[in-house]
Order: sequence, then structure tokens, then C-alpha cells
Amino acid sequence: MRLPVKKTYKLYIGGSFPRSESGRSYEVEGANVALASKKDLRDAVRAAREAFPKWAGMTAYNRGQVLYRMAEIMEGRRAQFAELVGGEAEVDEAIDSWVWYAGWADKLAQVLGSSNPVAGPYFNFSIPEPTGVVGVVAPEEPPLAGLVARLAPAIVGGNAVVLVASERRPLAAVTLAEVLATSDVPSGVVNVLTGRKSDLCPVLAAHMDVNAVDLSGADDDRAELERLAADNVKRVVRNAEGQSPWHVAAFLELKTVWHPIGV
Amino acid sequence: MTELERKQDRSPVPSGFDYAPAPESRDVVRLEKRYGLFIGGEFVEPRSGEFHSSISPATEEPLAEVAYAGPEDVALAVTAARDAFENGWSEIAPSERAKYLFRIARILQERSREFAVLESLDGGKPIRESRDVDLPLSAAHFFYYAGWADKLEYAFPSRKPRPVGVAGQIIPWNFPLLMLSWKIAPALASGNTVVLKPAETTPLTALLFCDVLRQAELPPGVVNIVTGDGRAGAEIVKHPGVDKVAFTGSTDVGKEIQRALAGTEKKLTLELGGKAANVIFDDAALDQAVEGIINGIYFNQGHVCCAGSRLLVQETIYEQTIAKLKRRMGTLRVGDPLDKNTDVGAINSKQQLDKIRELVAAGEEEGAEIYQPPCRLPEKGWWFPPTVFTNVAQSYRIAQEEIFGPVLSVLTFRTPDEAVEKANNTPYGLSAGVWTEKGSRILWMAQHLRAGVIWANTYNRFDPASPFGGYKESGFGREGGLHGLEPYLRFE
Repeated sequence: MRLPVKKTYKLYIGGSFPRSESGRSYEVEGANVALASKKDLRDAVRAAREAFPKWAGMTAYNRGQVLYRMAEIMEGRRAQFAELVGGEAEVDEAIDSWVWYAGWADKLAQVLGSSNPVAGPYFNFSIPEPTGVVGVVAPEEPPLAGLVARLAPAIVGGNAVVLVASERRPLAAVTLAEVLATSDVPSGVVNVLTGRKSDLCPVLAAHMDVNAVDLSGADDDRAELERLAADNVKRVVRNAEGQSPWHVAAFLELKTVWHPIGV
Repeated sequence: MTELERKQDRSPVPSGFDYAPAPESRDVVRLEKRYGLFIGGEFVEPRSGEFHSSISPATEEPLAEVAYAGPEDVALAVTAARDAFENGWSEIAPSERAKYLFRIARILQERSREFAVLESLDGGKPIRESRDVDLPLSAAHFFYYAGWADKLEYAFPSRKPRPVGVAGQIIPWNFPLLMLSWKIAPALASGNTVVLKPAETTPLTALLFCDVLRQAELPPGVVNIVTGDGRAGAEIVKHPGVDKVAFTGSTDVGKEIQRALAGTEKKLTLELGGKAANVIFDDAALDQAVEGIINGIYFNQGHVCCAGSRLLVQETIYEQTIAKLKRRMGTLRVGDPLDKNTDVGAINSKQQLDKIRELVAAGEEEGAEIYQPPCRLPEKGWWFPPTVFTNVAQSYRIAQEEIFGPVLSVLTFRTPDEAVEKANNTPYGLSAGVWTEKGSRILWMAQHLRAGVIWANTYNRFDPASPFGGYKESGFGREGGLHGLEPYLRFE
């Protein structure tokens, strides 16, 4: 009889898989999962901040292809994910979600931007830009589709993400991190933390180098987290919409430029 | 440098041209002795029973008694707004809603002189600005949003836009009527009703605006104006009958409001402070740029959230720019806001003057070099001369904190990268200016500056079609343009 090799579930920060700095883990879904510390979270924010300019500076077409590649790799691991989440339907939903958002990358500026007819010799236009580092609190359920539905819209516009995984169902998030690591998503653009939401979310919400937070997975703590988020006027998503470019817009700034016209 | 330029730079700072006074007549404004609160279409006595005087900052003369709304008063205003929303306003055909807004725009145009004079009286800003900027833009905002009222489904295709309900709006004292217009026009166009609180020191044009609403025959309760201080603002924010809060003001108060709304379902937009960089490259048309610097920081006494309060000059043209700037500062006329020749009016309040003085003292203490052109300030009232600081380090308070006065801090840079790094080195991100003759550099800078509004070869320019609002701690949400409708809508 062959003894199967069991996986060690680690964190995903800045493109590598560290154990929690605290060395602690918790038992869930039949595995030992890393219990990220506050320092791990701060490391993840730093990694995201570092990765942000390059990701934001890529062409929209390129970002779209990177997201599409996520769908391709997940399709190849369909069976593995299905086993984790208990069914193919959820995996398909997650894959289709990547495909849908991949197609948005080079359309956001056209749908969300505008050229504005102002008085005076100026070409005036408004364009969406990524806000920077986004904290995403993944919903507890569904473990994979819920995660991708929150993650894809946060990164498609050029933001870098620190993601706090479902506490009760974290394995899908860790496995997704493996997909991210082998995909073309640059290191640090997505950082995945597992552990206690009650430890991690307040630090994430209060962190002065995080620009926006999606708290739709934060359940009962939302009010307190929102209060902390006000310390640096974070953009807050309270209840995430379904699949929609307006959900993407929640993590985008609008920049308006007055460009002179003259000879 | 041409011979002519060199000569000009060396010439002494002019002592100021002599102009005969050209005061605008006050007769056009007729003020009541005392104003109640405008609730449900009429002025009512405040339940709080409290009043204060609105004071002209140029003369310290009390202009009128104005009510301090208490919690009960705010509750009455919200109830009136809710009633109006549910019983009529939300059912009026959007095309008819538009007509009310068109009417308001037209009446503001007709009565613009009256409003301009009152704005300068109550707030201290030069009549030239209230006449040429505040009033035309206020009317334009109503006119612009009027047209949207029956076209919302084209602005948000396939989203089924619906009004949010009652909008609670709190506005600052720097552009009283214009900020009112920025708030009320999109709110009404989207089908909401409004409770608006003007700033404590500048309530009079908002109260006169109630008369415009009467003339326009706007149904009672659709717009309610409650005057008061921060306490009344806090009441509006926390009142459960308010569905959406829009605030323009300081970043500190903005954060308090965001905290107060934590855990609720109320929508929020914040337009907060700024510490904008105005970046001058060595190929810029320098005289034009100097005008832009002046307009950027001395417009409205620097009481402008998007003021170009940090000047970033490329090192190669530093001396030349500063010389031209100081020379131009010497021609600014500080004085009577009602005089048509006045460039810089009165500081809005004693409290604001104290704040400016405190920060200017800090600048001197930290080691920056101060320059103020010789100018005689009136004896009564609150005044501060146009001021520029050179030799400023990025860490100085005058380079970090919003002064909200006629005080400019000058920094230098060598490369575009350095300019971007310094410009972005602030928790704020409302606006920025770029001066260069190179179009591709304008767009490169625009791409890299983390701010909501980028002006190139111009500054402090506004238009109702142009979205306005900040990045980072300058707030979120946009006012103006198609994007300015969204905060006042929910989507099915």
C-alpha cells in the first residue's frame, strides 16, 4: 500500500509560499492550515504595494490575457478543485468568472470613462485608474466561486490584492494560490492569507497603505471594520454586487484631465 | 533669456498701481433681519430657539441673524423631505422634474448680480470672482443637470437607475452657492429630495436661494435648508431618515462622517482636503505659468480645496520663476471684496485666520524663507497678505498640511520622475497642475500623478460637465458630469 503524500498548506505572499511567521496553524477541512499573523498581513500589504505599479502599468489587453490564463489553468485542474469544493458546478462558475472579467480588462475605460464637453479650449476626459492596494475579505461560502467572484474584479483594473480566505473553507484559496503562482499573474499582485478573520480583518481594514476594502465577506464585524477603514478614507464595498463592471468600478478612481488645445 | 525678460526681472517690485475705488453697490441685496429654517417650503422658527449673526469678514459687521438648527429641527426637515419624496416628487414625470431645474438655472442667471454681491458680503471673496466664477458656474450646474433628469437610463444603460431617497448634504464656506449647486442639482435631477446645511459662516446665499425655489414653484419639502454649525451637520449624518450623505469639507470631519456611517446602508460621498502640486517644467510658457500659479493659490484667498498650494519648479528656471512670481504678487490688490478691482478679499473667519497664522509661523520656525509683497491691509476685518515660502523641505508642515489660505510653498525638482514623486508625496490626491509646452509630457504626467483632477497649462478651472473629486484622503465619489449622478442613484 502506498502512503499518499499530504500537502502542507502555506500562505502566499509576494509570489512565494511562506509558513506563517508565527509558526502556528489550525486544523480545518482535515488539514493543517497556516494561521497568518498580523505581521504576515503587513508583509502581504508591502508585497502588494510593490507589485502594484507594474501590474497597473501593463496594457489592458495584457492584463486580460493574464486573467484568461487563470481560467485556462483552472480548467486543467477542474477535477482537483471539484474534489475540494464538492462539485464541478462551482468550479465551472469560478472559471467562467475569470473568463468574464478577463474580457473586461480592455473595456473598462470605454464603459466607465468619458470625454466631457467643457467650455474653453480644452480636451477634457475622464478615465478609470486602479486605486492601489485592495483588501478582499472572501466570503465563507462558496469557498471557490465566492473567492474568484471577489478577486477577479479587484485585480482586473490593475489593483494588487491582499486576500483573507474563508476561515472555514480555506483549502480552495490555498489551491488557487498554486494556480496563481504558475500563472502569469506577477508576484505580489495577489497575496493569500489563511487564518482567523477576527485577527486579520481589523489589521487589514486599518492599514494605512491599503486603499480599498471589500468587506462583503466580513459578516458581523462589518461596522467595526468600516470604522477602522475611515482612518485613511478607504473605499469600502459593503455588499458586493453580482458579476458586474460596476463592482470593478468600486476599486477604481476616476481621473479627469484638462488638456490644452492650441497651435 | 531675452534682454527684455532680464530687464523685467531686475526691475523693482511695483508699488501697486493706483486705482480709484470701484465698489459694487450693495443696494441690490435686501436682507431680512432674521432668518428661520427653510422646511417644507417655508421659513419656520427653529425649535432650538438659537440664533447667531452671520458676519461680513471684511468689516466684522453683522449682516443678519441666522438660526442654529437643533436635533428636532433637523428631524422636521428630514420628515419634510421624506414626505415630499414619497408623496409626489418621485412620481413627477422626469421631464417635468427637468423643467424645475431649468427654471432654477434661469432665475439664478437673472438674479446673478444680487447673489454675487451677497456672496462677497457674507463670505469675503472678491466680487470679480463671485460675479465671474461662482454665479455663472452655479447656474450652469443646474442647467447641465436639468438635462439629465429625463435621460438617466441613457446614462446608465441596463442598470435601471432609481433615486436613493432623502439626500443629506453638508457644504463648506469657500464657495457657498456653488457648492450648494453642485449638491442640489444632481440630487434633484436624480429624483431625490434634499436636506442641505450651509456652512455656519456663510449661510446667506443659501437662504436667498430659498426665494429662487419659491419663484421656480418647486414643490414644498423637495429642498430644505437648515442652517447651523457642526452639531446640525452631525444630526443630518446620523438621522435614520437620510439615505445618502454628501459632504464637502475637511478631511478630519470627513473621516468622522465615514465612521458615523459605519455599519449602515447609507450611501456616502466625500470631497475633502488637498495639498495640490502645481508643477512647472522649464519649457513652460513662463508668464502664463506665473498667472496659473497666482490663480492656483490666491484665487478665493486660497480657500480652495484644490488650490495649487505646493509649487514644484524645475531647478533650471527656479530663480527666474520666483522673481516673476514675486513681481506679480506685488500687483495683487488686497482689500474690499465688493471693489471690482480687488484680487484678494477677506479671510472667511477669525478662526480660519488664526489657523493660517499658526501654520505660517510654523513655516518660519521650521526654516522656510517667507516673502509677502508690501500691501496695506484694512484695519477692520480679517486679512492675510499673499504669501510665498521658499526654501521649503517636504517634511515641513507648510508642505504637508492644508493651509486653506493665500500661502504658497515652493519646492524644486530636476527630472519628471522626481516631480511625480514629490507631487504624490502626500496623503491627499484631489488635484494637480502641469505646465509644459510638450503634449506628450502633459499626458505622461497626468498618468503618473495620483489625483482626481489634472489641469494642464491652466488651473482652478471648473465645468459642470467635468467630474471633480479626489484620490486617497481627498475623498471618494465624483461631482459634476455624468459620474456626478451616480452617488444619487441606486440600481435595481
